[in-house]
Amino acid sequence: MLEPESSFVTPKPADKSKIWKIWKVAIILGVVTAAEFYVALQFPESWKDFKLLLFIGMTFIKAGYIVGEFMHLAHEKKSLMWTILIPTVFVMWLLGAMVIQADAIYQAIYS
Amino acid sequence: MSDSISLKSNNKNLWGGGVEPFKASYGKLMMWFFLISDAFTFSAFLIAYGVIRLKHPAYEGALSEFNFSQSYWPVPEKVFEAFPFFHGVELPLVFVGLMTFILILSSVTMVLAVEAGHRMDRKGVEKWMLWTIVGGFTFLGCQAWEWSHFIHGTDLGSRLLDGSIIYGANLQINQYGPPDFAAFFFFITGFHGFHVFSGVALNFLIFYQTTVGIYEKRGHYEMVEKVGLYWHFVDLVWVFVFTFFYLI
Repeated sequence: MLEPESSFVTPKPADKSKIWKIWKVAIILGVVTAAEFYVALQFPESWKDFKLLLFIGMTFIKAGYIVGEFMHLAHEKKSLMWTILIPTVFVMWLLGAMVIQADAIYQAIYS
Repeated sequence: MSDSISLKSNNKNLWGGGVEPFKASYGKLMMWFFLISDAFTFSAFLIAYGVIRLKHPAYEGALSEFNFSQSYWPVPEKVFEAFPFFHGVELPLVFVGLMTFILILSSVTMVLAVEAGHRMDRKGVEKWMLWTIVGGFTFLGCQAWEWSHFIHGTDLGSRLLDGSIIYGANLQINQYGPPDFAAFFFFITGFHGFHVFSGVALNFLIFYQTTVGIYEKRGHYEMVEKVGLYWHFVDLVWVFVFTFFYLI
């Protein structure tokens, strides 16, 4: 079935700027992860809420680059992009509802 | 009959069939819809983790005086501070950080494989797919070590109120804090690890089909793109697990 290959397909030459763009995104992801570390270990413990805000912000920056560039969603048709992104509002709703619920459970047990 | 033919050609009815309204192939679209549903599953896990965590008292004291207790939720950076071959050295989150970098790098090599596929560069696809597989296996190895360490526990263990000492964690006991904490650790990182495992299996399939020239004969490397989407999603989920399970 799989006869020995004698491939005559000549690959097109690589576009250097395109490959550099991929590595640029990789560097951004690495730097943001390193920054997360710095915030986690070097910022004072009392800045709890500020740290939480920074973590969530940096997570969404990373998620944006992975989905937008690596998964190419930012360069697809806009209708496809919104088809994928809009359903995630349900996740936000669930998160909000359950945080309120969890606080109510805590209050019922401990106060 | 002539109507349906003209529909295809003049594109008057975008959703009437015969065209790709999203300019994406059937396979790619279905991969996206699967990933959205998978994202809902992972969101449900992470939100459930948040609910159970907020339901427990948080640790209030100074970090330097932290010790494991069943009566409050542990601080993650005090739980995950071990590193292979550095026994007894406190290296908070360093090992998880390394795992994050490995997974991001294997995502990068996947993009490079897709890029090589666009140029019909078989040797390039082979090379980058192989690096992606290596990255996936390294991540799985790291996770196996972390699970093993988590299950066996620290040297000192944790003393319960009745005076007995427990070491490590399983689905019944947990030296690091409430048993729910260990259950969520196993469930969330385990479910993600299983995704990484299936991803490595798919990557290997793609690598094999590339080496025997199936995609070259087919004339395009779209399978690399589709499996690439899945692999990036696994990386994406880890970004969220890293923040919401390990950092916060």
